[in-house]
Amino acid sequence: MRHLIDPMDLSVEEIDGLLKLANEIIAHPEKYSEVCHGKKLATLFFEPSTRTRLSFEAAMMELGGNVLGFSSADSSSATKGESVHDTVQVVGCYADIIAMRHPKEGAPLLASLKSPVPIINAGDGGHYHPTQTLTDLLTIQREKGKLGNLTIGFCGDLMFGRTVHSLIKALSRYDNIRYILISPPELRIPDYIRVEILEKKNIPYMEVESMEQVISELDILYMTRVQRERFFNEADYVRLKDTYILDTDKLKSAKSDLSILHPLPRVNEISTKVDDDPRACYFRQALNGKYVRMALIMTMLGLIPG
Amino acid sequence: MNIDSIYNGIVLDHITAGKSMQIYQDLSLDKLDCSVAIIKNVKSRKRGRKDIIKIDQEYSVNLDVLGYIDPEITVSIIKDGKTIEKKKVELPEQLVNILKCKNPRCITTTEQGIDHIFRLADPATRTYRCIYCEEDRKIK
Ligand SMILES: [Zn+2]
Repeated sequence: MRHLIDPMDLSVEEIDGLLKLANEIIAHPEKYSEVCHGKKLATLFFEPSTRTRLSFEAAMMELGGNVLGFSSADSSSATKGESVHDTVQVVGCYADIIAMRHPKEGAPLLASLKSPVPIINAGDGGHYHPTQTLTDLLTIQREKGKLGNLTIGFCGDLMFGRTVHSLIKALSRYDNIRYILISPPELRIPDYIRVEILEKKNIPYMEVESMEQVISELDILYMTRVQRERFFNEADYVRLKDTYILDTDKLKSAKSDLSILHPLPRVNEISTKVDDDPRACYFRQALNGKYVRMALIMTMLGLIPG
Repeated sequence: MNIDSIYNGIVLDHITAGKSMQIYQDLSLDKLDCSVAIIKNVKSRKRGRKDIIKIDQEYSVNLDVLGYIDPEITVSIIKDGKTIEKKKVELPEQLVNILKCKNPRCITTTEQGIDHIFRLADPATRTYRCIYCEEDRKIK
């Protein structure tokens, strides 16, 4: 595994290996505390994303490695016109592995064509965010003990939500998955997901507009934020943003072993009262994100202890 | 109408009528010193009407450019008055610096000095995909 740009670059076997290693790290963190001693991770964040950056940095530190980097284009030479192409070739001289976030789609792929060290895509615009997908898979596997035989609800902005598209694609490789897609008609999943994934693979799915009518059927409820910038006018945003809020009332008819996921940050789509419910997994999900990044960094650096 | 046959050079035949000027421009044939004949709207048994381009010197033609503009074109290499080679062009697997990505969110819109690369995604619909942002482009 030289670079990780698109979550679908990983085979099912490679994903299984990463999840297994992440579980092993969770069980015995002390065994891994010096694995990356003397290694450096560069976090090149051409746009700010504090949570993702801190998760990468914490992951490297817990492996005994060091981190360097920048956290927005303002504080780097990128604003002076230095290209992605030059930046990775310079940073590749200092660091052993690079996690890169960029507002433009394809920037990490471009970086991977030039970089002397492995590149991890930490998000490129609305395109890919593979470590989020790995985080979601690890969370589902840990919460449910399996990645197949599940009814999974996705709720919110399914049109633009890249984490949703990537997770639908990744889960479609496992057996007996059924999707329930909950969104306003304006924000349904794009046709390419419907045609190239769901219909091509004969995966059962239904599209509904209300959470209440389906919540009792779900094993997983994946909530997403409705982003203000996706709307052309403020009135549409205000009208839609509260439509799909999960609260303790709606949860009354849900299964007792429902798992609620959210990529975070949330705005108000999950009431904070839900946080105390044991079915709320999103903070454990954030923690899993660190462990899966540890597994990924180790694997990409070829440092898995025998 | 008569155009002299060429002795050493290259003939691009069976060009879809009307596309010869685009080929002339995209291959930068105006930069050549030799005579270049563009013959438009020639009667063709196979296609009704076609265009032909004749270049009166040895010339190494970019088959990818031709394939992308018009995969029906045939290329004949002429030496000492004889056709020594005929080539059929195909829709190229990869286009380098022929198309530019139109997706405003694509890295190619801001990064200077990189190759703009598209890969053939679906030959039936003549669809290419930007390798960076994966936006599709259908070509006519
Ligand atoms: Zn592009």
